[in-house]
Amino acid sequence: MDYLKAFLVGGAICVIGQLLMDLTKLTPARVLVAFVTAGAILQGIGIYQAIVDFGGAGATTPLTGFGYSLAKGAMKEVKEAGLLGAFTGGLKSTAGGIAGAIFFGYIMTLLFSPKSKK
Amino acid sequence: MAGKRLGKQTLKLSSPPSVISNAAIVGPKEGEGPLSQYFDQILTDDYFGEDSWEKAESKMLKEAVKSAVKASGRSNTNIDFMFAGDLLNQIVSSSFAARELQIPYIGLYGACSTMAESLCMGSLMIDGGFAEAIVCATSSHFCSAERQYRFPLEQGVQRPPFAQWTVTGAGAAVIAETGSGPYITHATIGKVQDFGIKDANNMGAAMAPAAVDTITAHLNETGRRPEYYDLIITGDLGNIGKAIILDMMQKEGYDITKVYNDCGSMIFDSEKQDTHAGGSGCGCAAVVLNGYIAKEMKKGNINKVLLIATGALLSPTTTWQGESIPCIAHAVAIEKTIGVGV
Repeated sequence: MDYLKAFLVGGAICVIGQLLMDLTKLTPARVLVAFVTAGAILQGIGIYQAIVDFGGAGATTPLTGFGYSLAKGAMKEVKEAGLLGAFTGGLKSTAGGIAGAIFFGYIMTLLFSPKSKK
Repeated sequence: MAGKRLGKQTLKLSSPPSVISNAAIVGPKEGEGPLSQYFDQILTDDYFGEDSWEKAESKMLKEAVKSAVKASGRSNTNIDFMFAGDLLNQIVSSSFAARELQIPYIGLYGACSTMAESLCMGSLMIDGGFAEAIVCATSSHFCSAERQYRFPLEQGVQRPPFAQWTVTGAGAAVIAETGSGPYITHATIGKVQDFGIKDANNMGAAMAPAAVDTITAHLNETGRRPEYYDLIITGDLGNIGKAIILDMMQKEGYDITKVYNDCGSMIFDSEKQDTHAGGSGCGCAAVVLNGYIAKEMKKGNINKVLLIATGALLSPTTTWQGESIPCIAHAVAIEKTIGVGV
C-alpha cells in the first residue's frame, strides 16, 4: 500500500512538472526552482507535511521534497535556536542531500563522458 | 560604380568565380538521414577522436577544408584566402582550424548564414581581382551548440516539439577565378529582420521573415521569376519555417512552391529520427550545399540554384536577458553555365 501511495503522489508531482513544460514557456531550470520554492511554501503554511505523511518518499524524493526539508529544518531550528535558525536550519537539514549531490556528481564526471542525444 | 550592383542588395559578378571542389563531413545521425549518400565522410563518433565536442567541431571544419583543397588539385599554399565562421563563441572552430591550416584567414560571423556569407565575400574578392582561389567553410556541432545556446546535454532537458536539431557537420567549397563551373553569378546581401520572436528554440519562425526579404529582393532586383531556378533552397528553417516561407512569399506575389525546399527539412527524416522540426546550424546549409547540391549539379540534375542561408544573430546573453532574435539571410545564385542577359 505504501508503494502505491508513493507512486501516486510522486507521479502526480511529475505530471504537474510535465504539464508546466508542455503548456508553458517555462524553461526546465525555472520549473526546478518553482518546485523547490513551492515545496518550501507549502510546508511553511503546513500543507506539505500532510502530503509527506500520506505519500512518503513519493513526496520527499521530487524537488518539492527538497523545499519541504528546507522549510521544515528552518522552522525546527527557529524553535530551538531562535530567529537565526531561519538562516541556518534549512541548510543543516538538507546538508546530506547537498553534499551527496556534489560528491556523486563529481564521481560521475570522473567515470563517464557525456554522450550525444540519439 | 561599375554597374555591378542590381538594385540595393544584389551584386552581379562580372567574372563569376567557379566552384571547383566541395567537401562535406557529417556526424553519425546525419549519416543515417535521407541524404547520407551525398556526404564525403560520415563520422562514427561525435567526438571525432577528440576529448571535447568543441575540438571535434574544429577538426571537422579543418578536415572539410583539407579535403576540398585536395579535391581542387591544389595545396594550401596556392589557396589565397580562407573565409570561415561558425556558431561557437568568438568563432573558435574556424579560427582554431585556421591556426593549423596556415591559409590567410578572414573570420566571419553570420551564424547559420555563414555558408552563403562566405561564398558572397569570397566571390567578391575573386571578382575584384584580389585572389585567384579561395576556400569558404563553416561548421556546427549538435553537442557544442546545445551547450552554448540551450542547455548542456548532461542536464537531460526535454526538447519542445518545435525545436530544431543542430546539424553536426562541416562543409567547404573552393572557388576560383577559372574553372568549368558551376559559377557563382549573383549574391544578395540581407538586411537584419526582427519580428519579435524570443524563444531560442523556435528559430525557424524567427528566421523566415529574413529569408523572405532576401528572396524577394533577389527576384525583384534581378528581374527573375522563381521558375528561373531549378531549386530555391533556404539554409535551416526546418519544417515550421518552410511553411511560413511559402505563405509569406505568396503574399509578396511569388509562388515558389514548385522549386522551394529547405536544407533543414531535407537532412533528417523527422518521423524516423525524432528531430522534431528539422535540422539547423551552420553545418546544415554547408553539408547540403557541398554534398547534395554539388553532386546533383555535377550530374546535371540541377542547373540553377538560389541558396539562401539564414542566420539568427542572437547570443546566449541576449536570450537570458529576454531580447528578441534578430535574423539575417544572404543569398547566392549558383548556375551551371553563365547565362545571357541578367
